[in-house]
Amino acid sequence: MSKQSKNPKAAETVSIDLDAEFRDSNIREVLEKLDKELIGLKPVKTRIHEIAALLLVDRVRKQLELTAGAPSLHMCFTGNPGTGKTTVASRMSEILHRLGYVREGHLVSVTRDDLVGQYIGHTAPKTKEVIKKAMGGVLFIDEAYYLYKPENERDYGAESIEILLQTMENNRDDLVVILAGYKDRMDKFFQSNPGMRSRIAHHVDFPDYGADELVAIARLMLAGQNYRFSPEGEAAFGEYIRLRMKLEYFANARSVRNALDRARLRQANRLFTGAKKALTSTDLMTIEAEDIRASRVFLEGEPDEVPAGDAQQGP
Amino acid sequence: MMTNSGNRLTQGQFSFLPPLTDKQISSQIKYALKNGWAIGIEYTDDPHPRNTFWEMFGNPMFDLKDPAGILMEINSCRKTFPNHYIRVTAFNATRGVESPTMSYIVNRPKNEPGFHLVREEKSGRSVGYAIHSYATDKPEGDRY
Repeated sequence: MSKQSKNPKAAETVSIDLDAEFRDSNIREVLEKLDKELIGLKPVKTRIHEIAALLLVDRVRKQLELTAGAPSLHMCFTGNPGTGKTTVASRMSEILHRLGYVREGHLVSVTRDDLVGQYIGHTAPKTKEVIKKAMGGVLFIDEAYYLYKPENERDYGAESIEILLQTMENNRDDLVVILAGYKDRMDKFFQSNPGMRSRIAHHVDFPDYGADELVAIARLMLAGQNYRFSPEGEAAFGEYIRLRMKLEYFANARSVRNALDRARLRQANRLFTGAKKALTSTDLMTIEAEDIRASRVFLEGEPDEVPAGDAQQGP
Repeated sequence: MMTNSGNRLTQGQFSFLPPLTDKQISSQIKYALKNGWAIGIEYTDDPHPRNTFWEMFGNPMFDLKDPAGILMEINSCRKTFPNHYIRVTAFNATRGVESPTMSYIVNRPKNEPGFHLVREEKSGRSVGYAIHSYATDKPEGDRY
C-alpha cells in the first residue's frame, strides 16, 4: 500500500501497452509453435499460457516499479509414458528464457544416476555439480520418484533431495526445477517428501491422448521425417492405434513413434522387393495401408514391440 | 617510503583495483564462460609469488552456462576459508594453449603483513635477494 502511494506515477497515470510488450518478447512464436506442434494436452497448454501471462505482467509491473518477489516456478509434470513431459519441459525452458525469467534458457535433463552417488560423501558434490550446470536454466529430473527409496534406509537419495530442496528455496532466481514421473508413483514420492510438494507451485497433469490425437501426432511425426500417409494408410493407422491402445504396454506418443519406425521398415522392404523399379519421390514418401496392416497388432492381437522390450521405457 | 600501503598482495588480474564486488566477479566469470574456459577456485595461505600451485576448492567446473553456480561456490569457499587468499582461475583447454587465461583474487585475509626483503651476502661482495612473507613464519593454517 505504502509502496503505491510513493509511486503515484505507477498507480494510474502511465499506461503500458501490454500488446507491444507481448510482441517484443517473441513469446507469441513460442506459444504458437507449442499449439501447433503439441497435439491435445489442453490443461498443459492452459497452464503454460497462464505462466506466460503472469511473467509478462510481472515484467510490465517491474517497469512501473511495482515490485513483487519472483514467483516460484518449480513444476511437477505427471502423466503416463509418452504423453510429452520431456518435450514440454524443453519448450518450457525456451519460454522462460524469452520471458526473461531464466538467464540462459538451457535444459539440463537428469535422472537418479546423475544426482545420487555410490558411496558416502559422493552424493552432495554430484548433486551440486548438476545444480551448478543447470543454473540459469531449467533442471529437469525425469522419473524423480526414484530419488527416494523408502525400502532402503541407507539410500543416498534423501541427501540429494535435501540439497535440491535447499537450492529450490535459496536460488529461486537462478534455476527452475521440473520434476517428472508417472502419476501414482509421484504421489507416493510427495507423500514421503512433503517439503518437496509444498515447494513446487505448479503440478501439471498430462492427460492421455485420444485415438484421433494420436493419428494427428503420427501425421506430424511423419511430416518431420518427410514421409506421409496415403489416405488408406491413414485410415489403417487409425484402426491400428485403436487396437493398440487396448493392448498392454501402450505408451502414447512413444508407441506411435515406434509403430511409425516399423512402418518405415516395412515400406522400405516393400519398395525393395516390389516389382516396380523406377520409383518416384511420392513412392519413397508414402506409407501405404499394407505397411501398417502387416503389424502383429492386426494379425495376432499382440504388440510388436514386446519381445524387443522397448515398450516399457523409452530413452 | 611505503610503496604498497596496506601490503596488498598484487598477483593476477585486477589486483591494483579495489576488491571486486560479487556483481563484477559475475561479469568476469561470464566472460570466461562465454569463451568456453573451465573455471576453478583455489585458495592458499602462502602468498609467495613463486607459490603458483594453490589448493583447489572442489573440482574445476566444466560445462557451466551461468555464473550463479560459480559464485555460489566462491561464497562457500569464503565461508570455509575467510582468512585465506582465494582466487578464481579460468583454464583454456584449447589444444596448443592449455593454460590458465584468467586469474584474479576474490578474497584476502583481513590483515596482510606483507613481505620482507632478505639480502644474502655472497662471495666477492655480491648480494643475493629473496623475499619472505612475514605470514609464513607461522605454521600452515595459523598464518592469518
